[in-house]
Amino acid sequence: MPQELIVSILIDKSSRVVTQGITGSTGRYHTRACVDYGYGEQAFVAGVTPGKGGTMCDKIPVFNTVSEARNETGCNVSVVYVPPAHAAGAIDEAVDAGIELIICITEGVPLKDMLLTRHRMLGKATALVGPNCPGIITPDQLKIGIMPGYIHQKGSIGVVSRSGTLTYEVVHQLSQQNLGQSTCVGIGGDPINGLKHLDVMRLFNEDPDTEAVVLCGEIGGSDEEDCAAWMKDHMSKPVVGFIAGSSAPPGKRMGHAGAIVAGGKGTAEEKMAALEDAGVFLARNPAEIGSTMKQALMR
Amino acid sequence: MKIHEYQAKQILKTYGISAPSGCVCFTVADAVSAAEDIGGSRWAVKAQIHAGGRGEGGGVVVVGELNQVADAAERILDMTLVTEQTGPAGRKVSRLLVEGAVGIRKELYLGLVCDRSIQRVVLILSSAGGTDIEQVAKEWPEAISHYPIDPSKGLDTTEVAQMASNLGMDAAVAKEIGDLSAKLYALYWENDAVLAEINPLVIDVQGSLIALDAKLSFDGNALFRQTDLLDLRDEDEEDPGEIRASEYGLSYISLDGDIGCLVNGAGLAMATMDIITLYGGAPANFLDVGGGAATEQVAKAFEIMLENRKLKAILVNIFGGIMRCDVVAQGLLDAARTVELELPVVVRLEGANVEQGRSLLANAGLNILTANSMDDAARKVVDAAGAYRVDSD
Repeated sequence: MPQELIVSILIDKSSRVVTQGITGSTGRYHTRACVDYGYGEQAFVAGVTPGKGGTMCDKIPVFNTVSEARNETGCNVSVVYVPPAHAAGAIDEAVDAGIELIICITEGVPLKDMLLTRHRMLGKATALVGPNCPGIITPDQLKIGIMPGYIHQKGSIGVVSRSGTLTYEVVHQLSQQNLGQSTCVGIGGDPINGLKHLDVMRLFNEDPDTEAVVLCGEIGGSDEEDCAAWMKDHMSKPVVGFIAGSSAPPGKRMGHAGAIVAGGKGTAEEKMAALEDAGVFLARNPAEIGSTMKQALMR
Repeated sequence: MKIHEYQAKQILKTYGISAPSGCVCFTVADAVSAAEDIGGSRWAVKAQIHAGGRGEGGGVVVVGELNQVADAAERILDMTLVTEQTGPAGRKVSRLLVEGAVGIRKELYLGLVCDRSIQRVVLILSSAGGTDIEQVAKEWPEAISHYPIDPSKGLDTTEVAQMASNLGMDAAVAKEIGDLSAKLYALYWENDAVLAEINPLVIDVQGSLIALDAKLSFDGNALFRQTDLLDLRDEDEEDPGEIRASEYGLSYISLDGDIGCLVNGAGLAMATMDIITLYGGAPANFLDVGGGAATEQVAKAFEIMLENRKLKAILVNIFGGIMRCDVVAQGLLDAARTVELELPVVVRLEGANVEQGRSLLANAGLNILTANSMDDAARKVVDAAGAYRVDSD
């Protein structure tokens, strides 16, 4: 993890962002919303669409390659809206251009492409968030992704989640309790992805602006268990946890490519037990995540 | 995407992996003539469904007479096969695989799967084949060996042979397993598979390796470049509601309960099912209408849900981000117009354009209960489903 990124966490108003796939309808729509949020206007400095270099997209200069964009604008963060068939290639290009943090919003990237891309990233300093994620927001500073900005409040609660709208629900509940957020990170619902709960939790633990953390997990895989094992010995801040999918039947993929209980593994019960064992304040009811945090902070 | 065993074996054979000679059959007469064509004196008659545990459910029979092939085919075709993986409703059998039986000396396990924690494809080899590999992992872990494959280098056959030898196999078999593994890995990698499992991989009485059973499943996100595989899809094995939903870009999974759920986002959809269950209700489905659903898609989502006759109430839980609440409300009203929406509907809207959405619903004159939070919505829909049940029973 590049050290200079650890202010709030991962992103802040000093980030310089390139949108990959800026001239597509999704990329353009969300880049506009991000520009209008906080310090977005100064942060979003470039767009990339091959073949459209030299044009402008809503006052943002468009380049043919990430490398050109980086040379011309000094962008250090990229957000990827490129369609699934080419999304992994877009990540590879950003890695090769020396981008420090890549946030891939695209849903439906083939597993094989991500296996190869993650392998290429071994030993490189670049961090990846996603794919299939809502992005990252540091309230009142910068929003990079598709989340609704207005539900967030500046504050000291970190949020890390595998889901999009469930994260909005959590943020809404926190804001209703007058608990603002330091940074909210959607790590995405795909089985092969970049930063895991554990990586983001480490950042929150070291971040002076974060007082407590909400961890939102779901069935499938063992990221939550891995994070719990680390937290047990290292986490110095209160953590509230919720695991989605306790009512999901085994063997069925619940929307997210990674949300499946297979071979008796990845159940909500196992994950909840691991979190409780690590001293996490568990919210079994998804409507009580905000109030559980309120109580955790009063202890 | 899952495919049938007989289709999996055809693909294995194109990659040079031996499987018993066999034929897919749709009738009893087909089965008998297939057995005659195959020849020999013993045949396996195997139900073809997209679920494991077929043997225990009575879907796999080995016989020694042609008339027994007919009897077995007669019994298995059209049966509703219930296994651990089908759930209590079971699955109707409409295809059979008739194969020449193999004289077995030893049963092994060979599989390729994507291990998400290490982000690699892993080859799993076990000297204990023929049973559930998870069971073996629990009870006899020393009989299993794992080999994470570097995607830039591919699979090293000598490394696999060494693994096999460490599991007690003799040198000739070990080498053959190494070669077979390379073929299976080529199949896996070239076709965007997510699971390739040969269980059991048998050593027959002649000492050859034969794939006695095979399971392949492919990455749904890669089908755009694996269009040949689409011909192998058997829609009879899938839920009709799930197929229709996918045509409209909706993610729908039918469940056993009676409360329909329409939610945006997979995580929130799961959490909505969880809270309904927590309050004593039972979700009838998982339904994620996605991030940018248009009015028509929301209307379709209602239609598909309402095809479920067990439904007693519906909960709409939308946290608008990209999706505007007025669009959701308009979709709900459109759906109410096209289908006869008699069931109680509890609607919880939050996010963009929430006021317009709520007022659209309030002025529509329908049987809609609005909720001001997820908690409120879940309580109301569980109550409404309970009341509907009493009224209609």
